[in-house]
Amino acid sequence: MVPEEQSIAIDVRDAVKRYDDFTALKKLSLSIMDNEFFTLLGPSGCGKTTLLRMIAGFENVTEGEIFLFGEEIKNLPPYQRPVNTVFQNYALFPHMTVLDNVAFGLEMRGSSKSEARKGAGEMLELVQLTQFANRKPSQLSGGQQQRVALARALAPRPKVLLLDEPLSALDLKLRKAMQLELKHLQRETGITFIFVTHDQEEALTMSDRIAVMSDGELQQLGAAKDIYERPRNMFVADFIGETNLLEVSVDKIANGRAVCHLGGGHELTCNSVEGIGVGSKVHMSVRPERLFISATPVENESLKGRVKENIFIGTDISTLINLVDGPEFIVRTSNSDRGNKRIFEPGNEVFVNMEMGAARLLID
Amino acid sequence: MTGGAPNSGGATTDTYAKARTWLLMPAWLVLLVLSLTPVALMLVYSFLTKEFRGGVIWDFSLAAYDQFFFDRGLFGDEPARIEWTYIGIFWRSIWQAGAATVLSLLIGFPTAYFIATRPEKARPIWVFLVTIPYWVNLLIRTVSMKFLLRDQGPLNDFLMFTGLIDSPIHIINTNFAVQLGLFYSYLPFMVLPIYAAVERYNFTLSEAAADLYASKWVTLRRILLPAVKPGVVAGCILVFVPSLGSFLAPDLLGGAKNFMIGSLIEEQFKGNAGNWPFGAAASMILLTLVLIILIMFTRQQAKSNKAGG
Ligand SMILES: Nc1ncnc2c1ncn2[C@@H]1O[C@H](COP(=O)(O)OP(=O)(O)O)[C@@H](O)[C@H]1O
Ligand SMILES: [Mg+2]
Repeated sequence: MVPEEQSIAIDVRDAVKRYDDFTALKKLSLSIMDNEFFTLLGPSGCGKTTLLRMIAGFENVTEGEIFLFGEEIKNLPPYQRPVNTVFQNYALFPHMTVLDNVAFGLEMRGSSKSEARKGAGEMLELVQLTQFANRKPSQLSGGQQQRVALARALAPRPKVLLLDEPLSALDLKLRKAMQLELKHLQRETGITFIFVTHDQEEALTMSDRIAVMSDGELQQLGAAKDIYERPRNMFVADFIGETNLLEVSVDKIANGRAVCHLGGGHELTCNSVEGIGVGSKVHMSVRPERLFISATPVENESLKGRVKENIFIGTDISTLINLVDGPEFIVRTSNSDRGNKRIFEPGNEVFVNMEMGAARLLID
Repeated sequence: MTGGAPNSGGATTDTYAKARTWLLMPAWLVLLVLSLTPVALMLVYSFLTKEFRGGVIWDFSLAAYDQFFFDRGLFGDEPARIEWTYIGIFWRSIWQAGAATVLSLLIGFPTAYFIATRPEKARPIWVFLVTIPYWVNLLIRTVSMKFLLRDQGPLNDFLMFTGLIDSPIHIINTNFAVQLGLFYSYLPFMVLPIYAAVERYNFTLSEAAADLYASKWVTLRRILLPAVKPGVVAGCILVFVPSLGSFLAPDLLGGAKNFMIGSLIEEQFKGNAGNWPFGAAASMILLTLVLIILIMFTRQQAKSNKAGG
């Protein structure tokens, strides 16, 4: 995780945002480290943009504080915050050339016109748009406009760069390319990026750490891998990636393992979680790719069922299995090692097995 | 072919073309009858000879234009000198109309901006409020303005009541009174186009400018103004042009000294003392002037659009 000596770039403390009688953020606290690619992830309407706009200074803070490298900034106007934004619809100045757009921030920070243009030129080189310097934004494609917006926001060397769903308007292929480019730019410039998206895959691909939000509340904060492998609650498990969410009862807890049973008398062992005791009825999450199918029981905990359907999804095959008298499971098998593995056809009787520690109990 | 689904593409196009011709007829008629005919008449009249009791004699003559530009003495037998009287009136009119336009812009722009930034539902109410005074006839409004501005009128009373002034300021029958009158006559023509432009403006651009360290003033000057410039130009033209040819405000508020083109032309067609060809010539000169100004405006705008400034 984050090394100790790293300083905190943005510290949000108990931030509340109310619009009239609607509360968009409910006492949210989080710290974003210097030099980090940080992502705010959550479904549409959960308050990501609101939080970003509060950091940029476009929305006032109803309650709580926001610190930028230790300095309280909530009363500073946007033009006094060393923070720049890449807007969702780019917001490029339509009457200025690409070069003048990028030079604008530098000029406002006191550079002379020629210095600003020189700096802007260098920035355009970084995003490979040098040959478009003298065009108007309307003469560029969506992807190019996106890169101009990026160059414009990076040119004044902000301490923190805010990006509000910057890739959502691009088609899939371009989006993938831009994800890599953004990641690369972040490493190259060493600027802290706060990236907003509702796309969990995008978040997992790009981020050092992710804050998962819903309904104006922080659900979980951690490294991308952590959040994927150890979701804290049902919302996170369900929102991030594909998962099997099942209701279980805890029968026995010993040595960090919780023995549970699910409908139909099936039994399985999960990692125990603090706060969940014997007798509780909770949810369990297990990722489909951490399950495998066999024709005969592999160990005493194999769950017996019948194949319902195979779905081909490019790199993987997804198999739906109905447990005997029990719930349904999705199992993912990689297409690459199909040679070694048997494909079970619908109707086949099979056993579902899981890797040790793959199943997690969820707090709520 | 009438009604029903057309059975071939060609037939449809034909039908539409015919329908379009007919549907556009009223527009063509209006343009022709109401706009081009009067101008053509005016042009013809300006080259005719004057009849002493008003009206014209159908004899070609350049006398009207000659009278406008040249002074040949009382009996017309001296060498021609430039006649400054009418050029002076034109010059004053341009100046007055310009001042009224600037005044309208200074008040109209903030007003339009204010309305455009109200919640969406409240905007029509504000627009409605701006237009209310214009339900009253222009003549009546201008006359009431005369009463408002009098030395013993409500404006002076109010200013003296607040202690801002000790004795009444003399406004009526000054250039400033005319400017105020013109400003008040045409203010909505400034407010409405600017309002339309600001309402269409993408305010995220202002946020982007603030984000890039631009102060409010710089954002206004470098981002908002260029974006709403077409509305501002339209507003200025819509105030300047009618102000230039206006005669009510100068007649009623300016007194005899502050004559403008409109009054000059009006005089030529009134009663028996008039000179129709001269009035027509003055109108044509005014029209040419306005056209030149409009062309300069459009040229300049096209240029600045191309230059990317
Ligand atoms: N100006 C506003 N007035 C009232 N409600 C708002 C305003 N801006 C946002 N909201 C509400 O706040 C919630 C969070 O919005 P937002 O931060 O834009 O969500 P996200 O970016 O995560 O999609 C939404 O329910 C939205 O309707
Ligand atoms: Mg949003």
